[in-house]
Amino acid sequence: MGTWKDRLPPLGTLGPFIALLLACAFFATQNERFLTGGNLSLVLQQVMVVGVIAIGQTLIILTAGIDLSCGMVMALGGIVMTKFATELGLPPALAVLCGIGVTTLFGLVNGLLVTQIKLPPFIVTLGTLNIAFAITQLYSNSQTVTDVPEAMTVLGNTFPLGGTTTVAYGVVLMLALYGLSWFALRETAAGRHVYAVGNNPEATRLTGIPTQRVLLAVYVLAGVFYGVASLLSVARTGVGDPNAGQTENLDAITAVVLGGTSLFGGRGVILGSLVGALIVGVFRNGLTLMGVSSIYQVLVTGVLVILAVATDQLSRRGTR
Amino acid sequence: MPAPIVMEARGLVKRYGQVVALDGADFELRAGEILAVIGDNGAGKSSLIKALSGATIPDEGEIRLDGAPVHFRSPIDARRAGIETVYQDLAVAPAMSIAENLFLGRELRRPGFLGTVLRMLDKKRMLAESVARMEELKVGIRSMTQAVETLSGGQRQCVAVGRAAAFARHVVIMDEPTAALGVKEGNMVLELIRRVRDKGLPVILISHNMPHVFEIADRIHIARLGKRAAVVDPKKISMSDTVAVMTGAKRVDELPPECLA
Amino acid sequence: MRLKTLLPFSSIAAAALFAAGAQAADPPIIGLITKTETNPFFVKMKEGANEAAKAKGAKLLSGAGKADGDNAGQVTAMENMIAAGAKTILITPSDSKAIVPAIKKARDKGVLVIALDSPTDPTEGTDALFATDNYQAGVLIGQYAKAALAGKPAKIVTLDLFPGHPVGAQRHNGFLKGFGLAAPDAKSNELGKAAEVVCMADSFGDQAKGQTAMENCLQKSPEVNLVYTINEPAAAGAYKALKSAGKEKGVVIVSVDGGCQGIKDVGAGVIAATSQQYPLKMAAMGVEAGIEYAKTGKKPSGYTDTGVTLIAARPLAGVDSKDVKTGTELCWGKK
Repeated sequence: MGTWKDRLPPLGTLGPFIALLLACAFFATQNERFLTGGNLSLVLQQVMVVGVIAIGQTLIILTAGIDLSCGMVMALGGIVMTKFATELGLPPALAVLCGIGVTTLFGLVNGLLVTQIKLPPFIVTLGTLNIAFAITQLYSNSQTVTDVPEAMTVLGNTFPLGGTTTVAYGVVLMLALYGLSWFALRETAAGRHVYAVGNNPEATRLTGIPTQRVLLAVYVLAGVFYGVASLLSVARTGVGDPNAGQTENLDAITAVVLGGTSLFGGRGVILGSLVGALIVGVFRNGLTLMGVSSIYQVLVTGVLVILAVATDQLSRRGTR
Repeated sequence: MPAPIVMEARGLVKRYGQVVALDGADFELRAGEILAVIGDNGAGKSSLIKALSGATIPDEGEIRLDGAPVHFRSPIDARRAGIETVYQDLAVAPAMSIAENLFLGRELRRPGFLGTVLRMLDKKRMLAESVARMEELKVGIRSMTQAVETLSGGQRQCVAVGRAAAFARHVVIMDEPTAALGVKEGNMVLELIRRVRDKGLPVILISHNMPHVFEIADRIHIARLGKRAAVVDPKKISMSDTVAVMTGAKRVDELPPECLA
Repeated sequence: MRLKTLLPFSSIAAAALFAAGAQAADPPIIGLITKTETNPFFVKMKEGANEAAKAKGAKLLSGAGKADGDNAGQVTAMENMIAAGAKTILITPSDSKAIVPAIKKARDKGVLVIALDSPTDPTEGTDALFATDNYQAGVLIGQYAKAALAGKPAKIVTLDLFPGHPVGAQRHNGFLKGFGLAAPDAKSNELGKAAEVVCMADSFGDQAKGQTAMENCLQKSPEVNLVYTINEPAAAGAYKALKSAGKEKGVVIVSVDGGCQGIKDVGAGVIAATSQQYPLKMAAMGVEAGIEYAKTGKKPSGYTDTGVTLIAARPLAGVDSKDVKTGTELCWGKK
């Protein structure tokens, strides 16, 4: 019996999308190349790695957790899959699976430490962040892995969409993953349980839902997404870079926060994280097109994060 | 003719280290009644309720439901046996809608392929059911899709009570349902509790609020020192006598026999 | 009772033996502090220092900050090394200004402090500096680029480090100078601008970010024909972006570093020319200076240029460059 206003997404969700549209409108006025199909598809490619990491990060933040290790785990996955293919000679598909396997394993470790040893996610992932980083550097000897087999970089290739617009396969994959996650979180019981665990874990436990299993599943699933992101990173750059992912840690969290998901858990829409990632990408692209120093991009991102969190808080204070 | 016994317990013992919370406590709940459980702090009433709702496992003693012995190892076991508990902090997810909260943990899935393979939720059916159940209990909340946190304290309590009543098959246990509510909202909840009983579900009610207890209970179970001190009839006994038994100022055998129930 | 009296005597005896033994072979202790543990440049520097120390009979302690800019980590490492007996500290300062007070404290204690690769601010903050002339490195590739363009009007994209970093500014400005454009001098920390520079973006020395920066600059100025990059990973990223846009044949990319992977890229035609620098040499010189100081008390002073060589696959008239084979022999990193 809800009115049409009830069916509209809350301000926390609509806000980021409006901000994205405003930003695009602004940059379109500054440089006529901004709004072209070629440029926009470029921005999508530039955010696809952070975008996929942000899916995993959103799931974890929905449970009122956080994962500071996401970028480093992604880098490890990239090194593992490229080294397995180039040095151990594994067929690319198998090497990719190994890479994703390693990132999933880290997700499992994070999840077990949080659910079994009951350590706070911030502390746990702070530790695994350093461990993943060290393993990556040691295993790769701090060297970039080159001569990556073609098959692994396929997702970086593009196909034309008419005119100058080309779309990368990786972008299609990212959008598909967002679609799948959105569906699962909205329409399945397992998805709703993720929200419930984040909103009130004790209440959820009392209704018979196995909260620890839900949490563990979320961390493991996030690990899978980081593995896919590492494949996208390898596909985009064509190499296995041990120094990748260092800024993706905070970039992913920024995307989730900008997208309206609450750091306190239980609230948020996963598509918001895509919008959040796009906002950062659009600003970076737009400011470069305007010839403005990258320091301003950092400043703008900081301001937007504050605005996003403040909007979320204020819009909820309006309701009882 | 006393009504049949729905739930009973004999000789429950529960120790927490050196502390003996339940010292051979007995308990009986009859069909179609509201039984209030009262007692001072440390009297053992919360331990008793926890044993009945499956939140704790007693060290000794026996619990029977409809005559058959039961052993609850967790609240889920009790729920499966048809006993629903409304906890003091309500156990709702505030950001989720009323309908979602009602069906949390027992969601309905769409029929056929959509439900079994894609595991899609049947939101329409859950919403319709929520509306129906709440109407049945005459809970006057406009929309089942609004988030629980938008409701007042009393309305939230009604949602929690309504959820328990909707799914309970045997017993509804309520822990301090009118605590922290104003007069009007408190009465609203009491009305709802009566309707639950009238639906055919016996209710066990823990409360510190003597006026509410006397207004709504059919019988009052007084817990003291880990045992059952007495079961009294609120229509016959005075509030001050009840409190006296509760604190030990008066002994049970000092009460006139018609006060007992 | 007997054991109690025995213990002090035995410990005195042990200490005497230990001191005697230590006196006999007392290698000078030298500390090497790099910016990070992971940049291959510093990995190579540490290797070079280790080899030199082993060969010349010194003991090397090594440490680093956690990340570029981690001054506190370097200060802690320095204090610990001095406490462990290091008489010489070799350091690549993460923050050229902030490290100076800690270095002064060390020098006041009689410790020799030599800056490697980049100077402190002021340069006199350390006893000596063994470094690449980053400005000259930029000049060399600027000159090569000018010759490579052969008179065509230049549309230059610069992929820099990040604002305010002295090495980033020196290489950038040196490049402009070498190309023949007006540019700030070697002391400036500002990135020079010119009409021919159609886009400037920050790569943070990272391949993925360099790729993104190049992509965005390409959108702004698709007519680019020359790209200056702060280092070879950024150059690799720029090349990938150009290749995806089908523009790699018409654009000249120049870089700085001379790492083995970078030299390979020069050989493959990805990078037209790069200025090679010598971290191993810096480290070896540093170790030698430390041993000399321990033996004779003589301190080195001033700035010693550890050299920079222009490596290019295609030699051009008027520009002195060495070929890829030479570059590979001298390169640092995994060969």
